[in-house]
Amino acid sequence: MAATRYWLAAALLGLCCANAQATVLPEERADAMYHRYDGGGITVDGPSLLVRKNFKETVSVSGNYYVDNISSASVDVVASGASAYTEERTEYSLAADYLYGRSLFSAGMTVSDENDYEASTFALGVSQDFFGDLTTLSFGYALGQDDVFQNGNDDFAESIDRHNFRVGLSQILTPRMVMDFNYELITDEGYLNNPYRSYRYLSDPNDPAAGYQFAQEVYPHTRTSDAAGLRLRYHLPWRAAVGGSYRFFTDDWGIDANTFQLTYTHVLYENWTLDLKYRWYAQSQADFYQDLFTNPSQDEKDYRARDKELSEFQDQTYSLYLSWERPLAVRFADRARVSFQYDWIQFDYDNFRDLTQTGFTTGEEPLYDFDASVYKVIFTVLY
Amino acid sequence: MKVLLALILLVTCSACSGIQPWVKPYERQFLADPVMQFERDPVAGAYTEHVYQAREGARGGTGGGGVGCGCN
Repeated sequence: MAATRYWLAAALLGLCCANAQATVLPEERADAMYHRYDGGGITVDGPSLLVRKNFKETVSVSGNYYVDNISSASVDVVASGASAYTEERTEYSLAADYLYGRSLFSAGMTVSDENDYEASTFALGVSQDFFGDLTTLSFGYALGQDDVFQNGNDDFAESIDRHNFRVGLSQILTPRMVMDFNYELITDEGYLNNPYRSYRYLSDPNDPAAGYQFAQEVYPHTRTSDAAGLRLRYHLPWRAAVGGSYRFFTDDWGIDANTFQLTYTHVLYENWTLDLKYRWYAQSQADFYQDLFTNPSQDEKDYRARDKELSEFQDQTYSLYLSWERPLAVRFADRARVSFQYDWIQFDYDNFRDLTQTGFTTGEEPLYDFDASVYKVIFTVLY
Repeated sequence: MKVLLALILLVTCSACSGIQPWVKPYERQFLADPVMQFERDPVAGAYTEHVYQAREGARGGTGGGGVGCGCN
């Protein structure tokens, strides 16, 4: 089961405010992507297919098919003594945009299905140009409804309701510079922990040498978060652009996070485009996270988490993207593009210990870290 | 408090009323260059966001340009 379905709503909200820099219909295109993530004992790969078609210059319709094939022997799985597992998640999205004057109205839905998790998201959005088309204001709302199950336990069935509210402001600052600001409020209510994940606590609170035991995590049933992000992009005197972004995140679980990103895009020999990116992320831990608890949870309000995504950690990403594009001399298409993208991500945890390392006293195991590689190959036809 | 808010709004509006759009349509050739897009490959951008959101505690606030495709 995936840790979160928040991104379904995020992607769909993005769809509903599609082109932040100006209120126009998105470009007609077809994309076929193969993606692969490999890191921390987890491999995820699969295809993604997108087709977008416009009608009468006022309506745009898009459909997307996406698959994750997951093979997991992560540190959580290995440390708990469970067997490595494989699963498949399939996702379908359908969306439409309607352009009316300087306003773009959008609606969409996404459904995701795997053997122990079903998610549906519905989104609405509107964006409006004004001030000589230098400014675009957008609003979005998404409703997510998830059903959570547990393999091997037919009596287990829980649900989550999720609401996303977003406001965006895009501003042309100079003939070479654009700015994009986004604020997003998200509320979740329901079963928010992973039914397979456990926390650990000392077998004897006064004697770490006595070892530890596992028990199922206990989470709050609500979560509310705020995120605000600012992006800038500047066109250099040659055929290139630099970009920078910053995001601040905070939630009522006690997590604060900061994200910085720098990008450089350079056109080579007209047909080739090179992107270099660096991203830095750091977060504090949730109030109820600990790598090792002294005592087990006393009741359903005595929260316990040992999910490393809720711990204090940093990650850094180094990215290299290369694409090649050429015009097409055929009736149904204008251009074709092939892109290869590689991201290398380093994760360093400050309070999550690697329990697969043996021979250490409880609570003194080495801190966990790992590297991940992300590959994307995309074939695009623009028409 | 309401009077103060109204005063701030009035001053702000009167200060802005003289401002005209400072970038003309014929000055936007650099802005129209594809290298100025925050995300040129929406399918890949949405997937990258997915990679982070599955492994980080933070979520949201990253903007719509990167995921404006209805894809995940």
